[in-house]
Amino acid sequence: MKHLLNTADLSLEEAILLLDTTAQMAATQSREIKKLPTLRGRTVVNLFFEDSTRTRISFETAAKRLSADVINFSAKGSSVSKGESLKDTALTLDAMGADAVIIRHQASGAPHTLAHSGWLDVPVINAGDGTHQHPTQALLDAFTLRRHLGEQLVPAGELPALNNGLGKDLTGRKIAIVGDVLHSRVARSNVFLLHTLGAQVTLVAPPTLVPVGAETWPCEISYHLDEVLRDWQPDAVIMLRIQRERMGGAGGGYFPSPLEYTRNFGLDVRRMNYLADHAIVLHPGPMNRGLEISAQAADSHRSVIVEQVSNGVAVRMAALYLLLAGESQPATSDSNVKAEL
Amino acid sequence: MTTYFISNVAPYGNDRVDMTLSDGVISHIAAAGTAAAPEGATVIDGSDLIALPGLVDLHTHLREPGREDAETVLSGTRAAALGGFTAVHAMANTTPVQDTAGVVEQVWRLGKEAGWVDVHPVGAVSVGLAGKQLAELGAMADSRAQVTVFSDDGKCVDDPVLMRRALEYVKAFDGVISQHAQEPRLTENAQMNEGIVSAEIGLTGWPAVAEESIIARDVLLAEHVGSRVHICHLSTAGSVEIVRWAKARGINVTAEATPHHIMLTDELARGYNPVFKVNPPLRTEADAEAVRAGLEDGTIDIVATDHAPHTVEDKDCEWNAAAFGMTGLETALPVVHKIMVETGRLTWEQVAQVLSTNPARIGRIDTGDNPQGRPLAVGEPANVVLYNPAAPVIVDPRLQGTASNNSPFAGMELPGRVEATFLRGRATVLGGVAQDGEDGRAAGAELHA
Repeated sequence: MKHLLNTADLSLEEAILLLDTTAQMAATQSREIKKLPTLRGRTVVNLFFEDSTRTRISFETAAKRLSADVINFSAKGSSVSKGESLKDTALTLDAMGADAVIIRHQASGAPHTLAHSGWLDVPVINAGDGTHQHPTQALLDAFTLRRHLGEQLVPAGELPALNNGLGKDLTGRKIAIVGDVLHSRVARSNVFLLHTLGAQVTLVAPPTLVPVGAETWPCEISYHLDEVLRDWQPDAVIMLRIQRERMGGAGGGYFPSPLEYTRNFGLDVRRMNYLADHAIVLHPGPMNRGLEISAQAADSHRSVIVEQVSNGVAVRMAALYLLLAGESQPATSDSNVKAEL
Repeated sequence: MTTYFISNVAPYGNDRVDMTLSDGVISHIAAAGTAAAPEGATVIDGSDLIALPGLVDLHTHLREPGREDAETVLSGTRAAALGGFTAVHAMANTTPVQDTAGVVEQVWRLGKEAGWVDVHPVGAVSVGLAGKQLAELGAMADSRAQVTVFSDDGKCVDDPVLMRRALEYVKAFDGVISQHAQEPRLTENAQMNEGIVSAEIGLTGWPAVAEESIIARDVLLAEHVGSRVHICHLSTAGSVEIVRWAKARGINVTAEATPHHIMLTDELARGYNPVFKVNPPLRTEADAEAVRAGLEDGTIDIVATDHAPHTVEDKDCEWNAAAFGMTGLETALPVVHKIMVETGRLTWEQVAQVLSTNPARIGRIDTGDNPQGRPLAVGEPANVVLYNPAAPVIVDPRLQGTASNNSPFAGMELPGRVEATFLRGRATVLGGVAQDGEDGRAAGAELHA
């Protein structure tokens, strides 16, 4: 694994290695001293061409917890819109001796281009590109799912041990992903990763928000949230953000009104009550409370939304660790981690 | 003027003959081995070669005036000659736009001075390609450039009333509207074919229906006003069906396919290499097959290159930021050979139809002072291309005549190569080498301008 660009490229072994390493990283984060010396002297660049406070801070935190030096390069709002700027930026970072580049870009495929153009020769981590992929978000979702739905099922609201499901995949678990699939890199990343991990996935959205061609993805597609929750009984529901900022493009008008969307596709307490005791609710954030998810649902005992944020740091530590420290064998216990780190 | 004696060559791939080109015409054709080279003639051994009429491209972007960093009339027409062409139609989306008699005459004059091929400027349908007001089509038709083909290519004439008016207006001088069929609202921010690949790789889709709905509308408009319409770079299976239906109905419609749409598919977008970004986009294998079948059964009349050179900086970037378009003049004949002839779907005579006779007829340059697309027959203008069908070449854009490097066929092997091109008896290419004269013009061009 030279880069982390696309969850469709991950083998089952690589995915489990990432999740297991995440568990080890998460374990270190409950300590008083959270910082590990692993990447001391290495320079990680956060190259963000698109606004994202959460993801950028998460990566920055992850890199700093591993003792890497972090450079934040924000190109949003500058005159960067043409591609040669990506190339020149890449050449500049290469000349400055960056050891890894974390890139977020509004253009789908920009991380792929950065990784394969020959402009620079360091690991590239995709922190979200256009409407394509957001692999670390999918990995943190998968880690959260495995922790809660791993080997043993516990009632929602209880927090299982970090090592629940260690070494395992998500075979047989049922995951519903609800909302704006068309514009969602989170949905694309999740569908392919969860499929690799053996889970069953159902996408739920109004037909206008399902891309033409999605019928070939390894998942089911439904237009009816109530039916999916009531009849299919998912183990987890991932709610997607309705991206208001993307509603203007390509004709806009994907649904008649926010009220109608909420009525048909919003997660509220009534709908949540269809779920089994152990079922959990995820959201990549930031949430539109009252649109795709009600405040009560977001704050309920089923919600693991805040936990996702802390798992995000651990996942990004694991990705940086595996790409930069050249680790290829899973460290199977916390003591092992300590020994190696 | 040099006389050329081409011995033992196969016109249209048929029985071998000895062919003599002198004084700008095909002066003699005799069974191979039965004719002697005229005194002083340059002899070309045609034993490995087939002869076709000089190719005619109905869809070329020469970029001058305005984007001389990507291509000039000189470099683009030299590339055309290297590809076996003797005439090109230069698209109107230059800067300034070819929407007045002055600009089309400028391009026409530049082509004449360069001397590589006949340059026939295409006139814009609307002022500034803006789709609002008819350009002065009559003035362009009456100019020295004698424009007969009008197109806003790059943009669709999407206003149905403007399209109707244009179709009606050009009837006065037997012009044709060449439509870039793309419904603009259905293709806002579109980056590639909408389908399985776009869904997965997250690029905004360009749906087939955006092309097909315009073609359906325009064939009905052409029928209604009794005019003729030409469909540029048709790319979808549905478009082939609509044109097939229209022709069966007797509507005066012609259609073109590009070499890239018959050979390449949207799977190539997976690597996000913008060299494969083109408008209309590369489609699915099923679409490409339908286009090939349309070419085979005559639904599609011509192959045109849509040669669209772009500078390195317009392609060496992320997909969304890259320009649409790919070069094609120097690969068109070998691609058609590989995809249509090697598969037995077209004979060389049919290749001559789709790459020479039909485009010349659609552009109404098959008659007049310097006719193109004429048969290989005694007394006809000596517009001839000699092609070696058994000389595989790995495409290397850096070795091409075009000033740009954005060939989607780079690195691919194509089965043959152009050995020689003659424009009215004057060799523009010999031994696969452009016959350069002074200042980048074709050698001897000044004598025959």
